[in-house]
Amino acid sequence: MGRVLGFAIWLITLGSVGMFVSKHWWFPQSISEHGGLVDRQFGITIIVVGISFTAAQVGLGWVVWKYRDTSAATRATYSHGNNRLEVLWTVVTAVIFISLAVMGQRVWASLHLHAAPAGSYTVRVVAQQFSWNFHYHGKDNVFGRTDPTLIDDSALNYVGLDPADPNAKDDSVVSTLVIPVNRPVELILTSKDVTHSFFVPQLRFKQDLVPGMAIPVHFTVNTTGKFELACAELCGMNHYKMKSYMLVLPENEFNELVNLPQDKFQARKDELLNKYQLPQY
Amino acid sequence: MATVTSTETAAKPGIGPGWPKPPGKNGSNGNGHRRFGGDKKFPKDSYRITVWILMASIVMMFVALASSYIILSGDEKWQPVRMPRAFLVSTALILVSSVTMTMARRQLSLGQSGKYKAWLSLTLLLGIGFLASQFKGWQQLFAAGAFLAGNPHSSFYYLFTGAHGIHLLGGLSAVTYLAVRSGQVLTGLAREKRFAAIEAIALYWHFMDGLWVGLFLLLWLWK
Amino acid sequence: MAEAIHEVHRHPAPTGFIRKYIFSIDHKVIGIQYILLALTAVIVGLVMSVLMRMNLSWPGTNWPILGTLFPTGAPGGIMTPEFYLSLVTMHGTIMVFFVLTTAPQGGFGNYFLPIQIGADDMAFPYLNMMSFWVTFVGFIVLLTAILAEGNLTVGAWFSKLGESFAAGSGTVGPIGGWTGYAPLSALGKIAGPGQGAGVNLWIISIAIFCVGSLLGALNFITTLLNMRTRGMTLMRMPLTCWAWFTTAILALLSFPVLLGGGILLLLDRVAGTSFFIPGGLYVSGALVPQHTGGSPLLWQHLFWFFGHPEVYIAILPGMGATSHILSTFARKPVFGYRAMVFAIFAIGMLGFFVWGHHMFISGMSPYSAIAFSVLTLSIGVPSAIKTFNWLGTLWGARIRFTTPMLFAIGFVSLFVAGGITGLVLGQTSLDFFFHDTYFVTAHFHLVMGVASIFGMFAATYFWFPKMFGRMMNENLGKFHFWITFLGVYAIFVPFHAMGMVGMPRRYAQFGEYEFLKNTHGLVLFVTVAAIITAAVQLVFYFNFFWSMFKGKKAGDNPWEATTLEWGIPSPPPHDNFAGIIPEVHHGPYEFSVPGAAKDYIMQTDPEAAT
Repeated sequence: MGRVLGFAIWLITLGSVGMFVSKHWWFPQSISEHGGLVDRQFGITIIVVGISFTAAQVGLGWVVWKYRDTSAATRATYSHGNNRLEVLWTVVTAVIFISLAVMGQRVWASLHLHAAPAGSYTVRVVAQQFSWNFHYHGKDNVFGRTDPTLIDDSALNYVGLDPADPNAKDDSVVSTLVIPVNRPVELILTSKDVTHSFFVPQLRFKQDLVPGMAIPVHFTVNTTGKFELACAELCGMNHYKMKSYMLVLPENEFNELVNLPQDKFQARKDELLNKYQLPQY
Repeated sequence: MATVTSTETAAKPGIGPGWPKPPGKNGSNGNGHRRFGGDKKFPKDSYRITVWILMASIVMMFVALASSYIILSGDEKWQPVRMPRAFLVSTALILVSSVTMTMARRQLSLGQSGKYKAWLSLTLLLGIGFLASQFKGWQQLFAAGAFLAGNPHSSFYYLFTGAHGIHLLGGLSAVTYLAVRSGQVLTGLAREKRFAAIEAIALYWHFMDGLWVGLFLLLWLWK
Repeated sequence: MAEAIHEVHRHPAPTGFIRKYIFSIDHKVIGIQYILLALTAVIVGLVMSVLMRMNLSWPGTNWPILGTLFPTGAPGGIMTPEFYLSLVTMHGTIMVFFVLTTAPQGGFGNYFLPIQIGADDMAFPYLNMMSFWVTFVGFIVLLTAILAEGNLTVGAWFSKLGESFAAGSGTVGPIGGWTGYAPLSALGKIAGPGQGAGVNLWIISIAIFCVGSLLGALNFITTLLNMRTRGMTLMRMPLTCWAWFTTAILALLSFPVLLGGGILLLLDRVAGTSFFIPGGLYVSGALVPQHTGGSPLLWQHLFWFFGHPEVYIAILPGMGATSHILSTFARKPVFGYRAMVFAIFAIGMLGFFVWGHHMFISGMSPYSAIAFSVLTLSIGVPSAIKTFNWLGTLWGARIRFTTPMLFAIGFVSLFVAGGITGLVLGQTSLDFFFHDTYFVTAHFHLVMGVASIFGMFAATYFWFPKMFGRMMNENLGKFHFWITFLGVYAIFVPFHAMGMVGMPRRYAQFGEYEFLKNTHGLVLFVTVAAIITAAVQLVFYFNFFWSMFKGKKAGDNPWEATTLEWGIPSPPPHDNFAGIIPEVHHGPYEFSVPGAAKDYIMQTDPEAAT
């Protein structure tokens, strides 16, 4: 039984490690400036994880194989442990784990501990049960005033924009996130009803949208194209299809688009949405 | 070894492999107390230990609620509510009740069972008075237009007083039990147990006192 | 009178059926009651997980039986997304609370902690009985949540209780996940189906459960501190006792916080307070004017302050049992007993300071996220110490491959497999991608779900002879082990792959997204593995109940183990030691002592035996 069990543990280890090494199921392509760093940090981490996992499982398989009870004649080694070994492996694991922990903060700190760089393009994101609204400030670079009491889904005022406010005249609200390539983007995330989460796998970015909070986040995308945007926080019955797209446009195409008035913005955006294709998976 | 019933084995020297002979004397040589077999000695620490553990868990709950209070007080929509006067009265009542509880314990240790009973009854009355005064406080809140539903500060008034009141009711029923039984003359183990119980109940009572004072100060000063 | 009071504490053996088996104050009966409760709850949870897998692999398929049972939740036998989500919620709640918290602690802890420390019962037997029955009521209330939402007749009764008890939405319970994030869980029926009476009952059930667990924890701690027998010093306690003790402390300090949070959530729902609901919400086409000033993040803080220690509540008893069983069948003392004790404590205590790692992307301060992240990875250190010491225990051993030993070895393997991905998930930068993907689901299912369950399987096969006086069938047990061991790996390793492509948790279907289209094969593979593994558990149930009556008779000490429970008859007499005071002379794991007559020395053996 010992040999079979040891062998089974090794096989499981081989299979699990093989699944990662084959990279058959892996991250989708990275499209953001920080994405490469996230992938690299994951690469380092998964190597540490893989080595520790393999060492522990192979070790377990080996002791199970080697020390199976073969005869009643001999007894097991009588030992209560070894303090030096104990200290050694405590220190080694502590050093490795804490180093990983410290390294693992770098990308996080670069995105979250700094305000959005100057020249960022700002978009307000207002999530609601099972759909996304993206609020653009238009030519004037100022968002029109919004007020929750003005929200009226049936009148298509999804974010509660105040029509009396002159700043609101050139604002657009659309259901697709359109952003420029190679320019920092700042999103101000909020929700009308329950907690949602903004997730674009290619972006290597995720952030909850919490009602009652406006959470500013920023990142820079370096690849044009069309990408799926998913909700990653349980928000109710249709959570699984709270889907939208993130459209990353070249600077000129983007500038042309966002300076259009609402109705033309909408139409042009739909054109562009058809023009770009989703990545091949 | 045949399976044996409990009464039979008491007389047998051992059960199972390597079982030692029953030790002859009472008390414990190890870390723990024991309380069975021929040893009827009551482990008097258990009530006190339990009350301490119980207090730890109650503290955790109120710390959670108080943290919620402090977090929500930072919200821009937070509207402070004036402290109703009745809560000042309740605070005085419960502070005095701690003193009377201490007096009751002292009289008991002096063997003055009549005075013990009197002080205990006074504590009980003060406890009931405290709850009545808390209820009066609710009425004053109502009159001021502060209800359970509404802005968190007014909700917290009801929440803190309510949660504290329920815990105090537990203490109150324990004190009632002591007061009802205060006429009994006890000896030996029963006496020892009663003393342990009084000690534990008094501890809980003081804790309820301190807890209320803490909540009161939080509601009053942090708004 | 005085004589009557004398007898209050030392309860005589009960005679009537009800006092003996139903409202018993005997810790052994209560322990078995807890185990039976967990065995019942786990079937419900397991069936739910199979239904979930079926929905994910074959969406839109007609399952006539579901159409009959839940005409609105599965119209025409086709599961609706809300039906799926309520399965997610109930599966999680039932498994975490009524299986992983009841069986290891309430079940085996109740039965064996007093015996292993040489006490005749818990410190407060009546409190112990209360704690089980309170927990039981909690379970019944949770099942009622299924009926309230899923059955129109029962739903109509609850709807009469008022606005917030609107029911009969046709799901099989509330929708919100076992974490019940506010404001989804706080808004009531306007937030969609499965947000009515079901959620109220869900909260009430958990609140009741908290009370039951607190009563249990009080009892465990007092018993362990105050009732150890002569010679049973703290450092002579079996590691199981240390695990139960630490677990009780965790429960004592974390359940009150959940209870507090639950009360606030319930008040938000039924009394119109705004603890978790901010002002200015617009839900389902209408403003929500009556709420203002609450914070959704507050609920997450309260929940996870409890939720993280809860993970350790589930697994620490499994660690204790594993150490104990590994040592017994390796015929070797536990390697580094003191380090094991400190590691258990370190894991437990650190567990209180890492709750924020569930909330990196929640909108919490990014600075505190960094602190939580570093603390989280430092939990890996005591966890690694435990793993090393388990391997050290097996090193140079003479392993006897009994069924409990197989499950204990399986525990070590699964604990490593599940725990080590914590290094990935604990890093803030990697959480950008992995938060709420199947990578997380893989991690916690392996480490807190399956590893804990393996600990409990090991404990069941190990202590069954003591509890019922009969052995469980070894061949069936080994069959059960092999399929389950390979099965759980087949289920949960592919979850990591799904996480790698970014598959989000709690999706009723994956067909909406192009980036998930390459996962069909994986999803199907997992479903098949899950159905096989679930089916094999029937073998365990059969073995359990059949062996209770027909199993081979077990002696007092069939495993040649050393701790106190193996020195008394199987099953133990009413007061455990039949009136004889055990006296402890040895540490708990004296196996293969050189020069001793046998290869094990019981804790009660006289000093001379060395």
